[in-house]
Amino acid sequence: MSASGIIFSNIHDHNIPELTRLRTMASVPYACRYRFIDFTLSNMVNSNIYNINLITHLNYQSLMDHIGSGKDWDLARRSGGIKLLPPYITAYASNTNAQFQTRLEALKGVSYSIQKITDDYVVLSDCDVICNVDLNDIIDYHIKTDADITVAVKTMDLTPEQARINVLYESDPEGRITDILSYPTNFSGKADVALNIVVMKTEYLQQVVLDAVAHNYVSMTRDVMARNMKHANYRIYKYDGYFATITSFAEYYTHSMDLLTNPAARNALFNVKNRPIYTKVRNSVPSHYGQNSNVQNSMIADGCDIQGTVENCILFRGVKIGRNATVKNSILMQDTIIGDGAFLNHVITDKNAVVRDNRMLAGAEVQPFYITKGKMV
Amino acid sequence: MLLAGGQGSRLYTLTEKTAKPAVPYGGKYRIIDFPMSNCVNSGIYTVGVLTQYQPLVLNEYIGSGSPWDLDRSQSGATVLPPYQGKDGADWYKGTANAIYQNLNFIRRYDPDYVLILSGDHIYKMDYNKMLEAHKAKGADCTIAVLEVSLEEASRFGIMNTDDDMKILEFEEKPKVPKSTKASMGIYIFNRDILEKYLIADEADPNSSKDFGKNIIPNMLADGCGMYAYPFSGYWKDVGTIQSLWEANMDLLDENSELDLGDRDWRIYSRNNAVPPHFVGGYAKITNSLITEGCEIEGIVENSVLSSGVKVARGAYIKDSVILSGVTIGEGATVNYSIIDSDTTIGAGAVVGRTRSADEQITVIGSDLNIIPGADIPGGTMVNREWLKDNKLSKE
Repeated sequence: MSASGIIFSNIHDHNIPELTRLRTMASVPYACRYRFIDFTLSNMVNSNIYNINLITHLNYQSLMDHIGSGKDWDLARRSGGIKLLPPYITAYASNTNAQFQTRLEALKGVSYSIQKITDDYVVLSDCDVICNVDLNDIIDYHIKTDADITVAVKTMDLTPEQARINVLYESDPEGRITDILSYPTNFSGKADVALNIVVMKTEYLQQVVLDAVAHNYVSMTRDVMARNMKHANYRIYKYDGYFATITSFAEYYTHSMDLLTNPAARNALFNVKNRPIYTKVRNSVPSHYGQNSNVQNSMIADGCDIQGTVENCILFRGVKIGRNATVKNSILMQDTIIGDGAFLNHVITDKNAVVRDNRMLAGAEVQPFYITKGKMV
Repeated sequence: MLLAGGQGSRLYTLTEKTAKPAVPYGGKYRIIDFPMSNCVNSGIYTVGVLTQYQPLVLNEYIGSGSPWDLDRSQSGATVLPPYQGKDGADWYKGTANAIYQNLNFIRRYDPDYVLILSGDHIYKMDYNKMLEAHKAKGADCTIAVLEVSLEEASRFGIMNTDDDMKILEFEEKPKVPKSTKASMGIYIFNRDILEKYLIADEADPNSSKDFGKNIIPNMLADGCGMYAYPFSGYWKDVGTIQSLWEANMDLLDENSELDLGDRDWRIYSRNNAVPPHFVGGYAKITNSLITEGCEIEGIVENSVLSSGVKVARGAYIKDSVILSGVTIGEGATVNYSIIDSDTTIGAGAVVGRTRSADEQITVIGSDLNIIPGADIPGGTMVNREWLKDNKLSKE
C-alpha cells in the first residue's frame, strides 16, 4: 500500500479575508510558529506520505517562501517529495482570467500530474485542517471497506451560521454516504461535518477527473458524488480527535485562544508521540525575558524579547514587547514590535506590525482589532 | 580542520557521555555551533570535524552538516574519526597527530591554506579576515591572539611579538608573562609548510604531537614567518563548570558583546520539531532565556532553559542552567546549578544553595531521577553513583 497527497492551498481564502489578502489560506500563521499548511504536511509526512502535490492558485509567494525545497518537512527528496502546481495558463488561451473555484476544477487543471500518480491511494486535503491525525487509520478503513471515496467527518453540534459554511454528510449505519448537504442555509444541530480530508483509490480519482473534463463537471459533491452515490461505494470515516475548523476571523481568534486555556487541545496537536508538527526553521535565538517582565498563560515562540506584561497571548517569533507595555488576550505575529507603555487588549497584529509607545488599542472578543502586515500604529 | 575530539574532563559529569564540543549552551546551541557557523559565515565550506572521545551525540548532531548549510555536493562537513589502516589502528595521539592522520583528507581538496580550529570556545569571528592578514604578511603561520589581563596570562599560551605582530617567542603558561597576547588555538598554515612539519613531527619519537608544544616551537626555532592576528570581541573558553555557567549568564546581560540575534552573523544550530513554549497562569519569569518546548508553571529568575524543560507549579529556579528535557517537580528549588538533560528533580527537592562568593556551582548529571524532598548541597557533582550512594535515586 502506498499513498500520494494532494493539497489545495487556496480553498476557503474568503473565510478570513483579513489574513488572506496577502497570502494563501495555506500560509496563514497559526500557533506561534506554524502556518496552516504545516499541519497538513506534517500529518502526511508522519503517515509516510512523501509524494505530495500542492495546488496553488493566487497570492502564493508567501507559500513558496515558506515551503522552500520542502527540506524542513523531509520533503526534499530524489524520488517524490513536494511539488508545487501553480495555475497553468497556455500562451494562446483566450480565457486567461478563468481560474478555478472548486476543488474539482483545481484537479482538472492538474489532470496531467494526477494521471501520472503511481501510488495506490490518494489523500486529498485542504490546507486548513488544524489537527494531528494518523492518515493511515483513514486509509486502512478505506481499504477494508473497499471504498471508492472515503470522507473524514467529525460529529459536531452546529449553529445555523456554522452549518451555512460547511458540508454535512448523512450516512447509513454501515457508514455508506446517503446524502450530502452542501452549505445548508436552514440547518442546526448535530451533524457529521466534512473535515475536507478525503481518501480515494488513485484509479478512481483519475477516472473522475477525466470524466469531469469530458462532461465539464465543476463540483465534486454535486456533479460526482451525488450522481453516483447509489451505485458507488462512498463512505464516511468518523474522526473524534481534536480538530479546529477555522471558518471566520472570530473563529481564528477563538481557536487560537483555545490553545492557551485548554491543555487537552495543546497536547492533541503538539504532544503526540512520533507525530511532531514540522515547520520552516528560522534559527531564532531563545526568547529573552527582561528584569521586569511579567508573563502569564501565554504561548511564546523563540526570538522574542519581553520587557513588559503579557497575559493570555500568542506571540510569534521575534516579537518585542517594550517596557511597561501591557498586552492582553492578543495574537502578535512574527516580528511585531510593541512600544514602551503601550496597552493592547483583544488585538491581532499581522507580521512586522509596529505599535508606537503609549498607544492604547482594544478590540472585543468577538471582533478583535486587526493591524495589517507591516503597518505602524 | 575542527579538532572536536576533546574530552573536557573539567566539565565532569556533563562530558561523561558526550564530547566537549557537543555540550549544550545558551538554550538551543552546542559549543560546536560557533566554529561551524563561523566557518560558513566566513565562506569556508570544506570542514573536517575530527572526533574521538564519546562521538555518538556529536556525530548525530553534525549529521550531513545541514544545519550550517554544509550538506554540499562538493566538500561540505566531513566527520573524521580515528581509523584502522594497513599498518594497524591508532587513536589520535595529540592535536598534531590528529591532523597528520588526516593529511589524506586535506590533500583531496588541495587547498593553499589550512585553518585549524578547536571546538571549545564561544565566539564569533571572521576567519576570512584572518586569512587576508595571513596573506598580506606573507606568513607561514598565523595564530589568532586575544588580549588578556596580566593575571590571566599565565593560564594561556602567550605570544611575544614585535610591532608588526611577528611572533618572536612563544611561552606555554608562563609564570612571568612578557606579553598579554594569548593564543586562541586558532591557526592558519600554508598547507605545504604544515605538511612538512607534521611529517617531521610524526617521525620524532620524543614529540607529544601537539601544536602548542611541538609544531609552533619547532617552526619558530626554524625562523618561519609567524604572525599573531589580534582578535577583539567576545571570546569564552567553556572548559570548566564555572566558565560554562558564566558564558550562559553572559547571554542574559543586555550589554553583552555576544549578540546571538545578529542577522549578519548568524549562529546556526540543529532545530527539533517542538512546539512553542507555554507559560502558565502561576508562572513568573524574569531575566531569563526560555526556548521552544518548555512548560513553565513556576518561578524562573536569572536562568537559561533549554528546550522541553518542565517547571511545575511552586518550583523555584534561580541562577541556573537547565538543559533539555529536564523536569522540575512541584515546589522544588534549584539554585546556582547546572542540570544536564532528561533528569527529573522530585517535588520539594532542594538542589544547590543561593549564589554567593564562597558557594560552588552544583552539577546534576543526565538521565537521573532524584527523589522528592532530596537535599543536594551546594557544589556537589551528582552522577548516578553519587545518587545511589546517598540513596537519593528514585530507581
